[in-house]
Amino acid sequence: MSARETILKAITANKPTLVDLPAIDLAEVIQYNDLLQQYKTVLQSIGGGTVELQDLTSLKEELQTKKANGNFVVNRIPALGEVEESIAHLTATDLAAVETAYLEGTIAVAENGAIWLYESQMGNRLLPFICQHLVIVIEKKNIVPTMHHAYQQIESDKEGFGVFIAGPSKTADIEQSLVIGAHGARSLIVYII
Amino acid sequence: MSTSKLSHADAAEQFIKDEPRTNWHDETLWFVRQKRDKAAHGLPEWEQLREWASQIKDHTLSNLDNYLLEFERNANTNGVTIHWATDGADHNRIIFDIIQKNNIQKIVKSKSMLTEECGLNEFLHAKGIETVDTDLGERIVQLRHEAPSHIVLPAIHLKKQDVSDTFHEHLHTEKGNNDPQYLTEAARQHLREKFIESELAITGVNFAIAETGGFVVCTNEGNADMGAHAAKIHIACMGFEKMIPKAEHLSVFLRLLARSATGQPITTYSSHFHKPREGQEMHIVIVDNGRSRQLGRADFRNSLKCIRCAACFNTCPVYRRSGGHSYHTAVAGPIGSILNPNIDMRANADLPFASTLCGSCSNVCPVKIDIHDQLWKWRQVLVSEGFVDTTKKVGLKGMAFVLARPGLYRFAGKAGRAMMRMFPWLLNNKLNPWYKQREMPAPPKESFRDWYIKNKQQ
Repeated sequence: MSARETILKAITANKPTLVDLPAIDLAEVIQYNDLLQQYKTVLQSIGGGTVELQDLTSLKEELQTKKANGNFVVNRIPALGEVEESIAHLTATDLAAVETAYLEGTIAVAENGAIWLYESQMGNRLLPFICQHLVIVIEKKNIVPTMHHAYQQIESDKEGFGVFIAGPSKTADIEQSLVIGAHGARSLIVYII
Repeated sequence: MSTSKLSHADAAEQFIKDEPRTNWHDETLWFVRQKRDKAAHGLPEWEQLREWASQIKDHTLSNLDNYLLEFERNANTNGVTIHWATDGADHNRIIFDIIQKNNIQKIVKSKSMLTEECGLNEFLHAKGIETVDTDLGERIVQLRHEAPSHIVLPAIHLKKQDVSDTFHEHLHTEKGNNDPQYLTEAARQHLREKFIESELAITGVNFAIAETGGFVVCTNEGNADMGAHAAKIHIACMGFEKMIPKAEHLSVFLRLLARSATGQPITTYSSHFHKPREGQEMHIVIVDNGRSRQLGRADFRNSLKCIRCAACFNTCPVYRRSGGHSYHTAVAGPIGSILNPNIDMRANADLPFASTLCGSCSNVCPVKIDIHDQLWKWRQVLVSEGFVDTTKKVGLKGMAFVLARPGLYRFAGKAGRAMMRMFPWLLNNKLNPWYKQREMPAPPKESFRDWYIKNKQQ
């Protein structure tokens, strides 16, 4: 018998009587009066920064200045100008040199500061992790209260990869001292329009 | 992986010799437990969430074979290869085969307690293949040739100076520079090189979703992603109990996991893997290693609901004061003391006794595992199967004999009190295990029974 059959047979023989799945009632879940304020507070508490903008003009200028100064920045937001498509084929060595990546987020979650990104929004799966600094733009109307609401709106299996990102990379593995910038991005700034 | 062959009590005795360090360990873990409380109290629906999580896991276990088949079907459709391993040896062999077939030299690994359970690093090392652990805490203990002492905080037993010394030796950092920021930066640079040149990445799995054939990996550092997205092959290893029915159930577990573990509202990265990227190979190894046996033990089945948050470690008065290595198993703490006797009853018979049965573990468990009840039940199984040492067995038998005979019990009580009064040195000496680390109580003049008989008339 193959390992697969052995395991499945043992599980079938040993599993308990079928019990029902619970219904998740969203009426039981926390409510926030001000989603935007809640989002900003939580993201700041986990090491990220927020900036509210009326439009993307100033961000576009910032991006252009960085580019003009010779910084390796990658833009994936159409509203900010030309979108880098070539990064799909860059190697890890190439991407390790990215200073700042500009990405568009789908959904932001007020309870924990997380933002959902589809693979297509990254252009390259490695980009949001390997860049030194990460900038994500979200729309105010796409802030949802909790993870339950987020999963109602995203299709987590729509693409090959997707991620919730909540703040910059961090660790507290050395004597519980919080250090921002472990392996991934050293900073995360979320622009809310 | 075990660092010592000592029993829990003997290894704990070594650990507590350094009293300031024991106190520091205790306080550090308690601090994490308090952060968990703060996060839990921030959600009015916390208890409801625990209940939902517990019920979802109960349901999943009761339909596990079908969910695994659904998961396999969907993962295959997504272009992911599924492997099945009955035990740790099987798991290691499957990974070794992939390494050999592709002629792999450079391997990075993100934290996976399952690969620790299966002894993957040692197995590959014996074959001349080195893996680089990339979680900062795991890298620290790996450089020191130690096992992780905690499933979420692998290097929680070490002080800054220890890390500084280790990094000075292996990464040539400045001697005596104990700044966590500086040390983390050194590790970042060192591990970036490893990520960039890696050919194969091994990760664990936090949740596997039957409905989509995908899996979720949670980290704060981003090391699982750095490895998986850079390497041309990604192998994810999971115990089959990681299964959940639908993607929407992730909401319940992702809300509970990090809050229970470290008090964070969510981990920095919650990555959802479904298909290999273009040109990449993705494998999932589904491991049993005794889990199907545990599923059949009605008293211990609940332990398979565990989501590895370690809240039970951080709250446990025994874990906090004995250190993770004293449990001599990959998963230490209260939940490890339930899981490990299932894997090897003889080798781990000491663990269910490493608890005060105070119930704090069960109170914080996000999936409502009856941890302290199961520890108590394991004790009975282990005694009846003959897996406890003679001293304990004789002691318990003697106790049972006396407690079953009220006359003898009263006589023994009287004699004991008299002896403690007249010959205190008979008890206050090293031969009495109860005298270790504590003063014996002053003997009362009379027993409660005598006092009760005397006073009940009034």
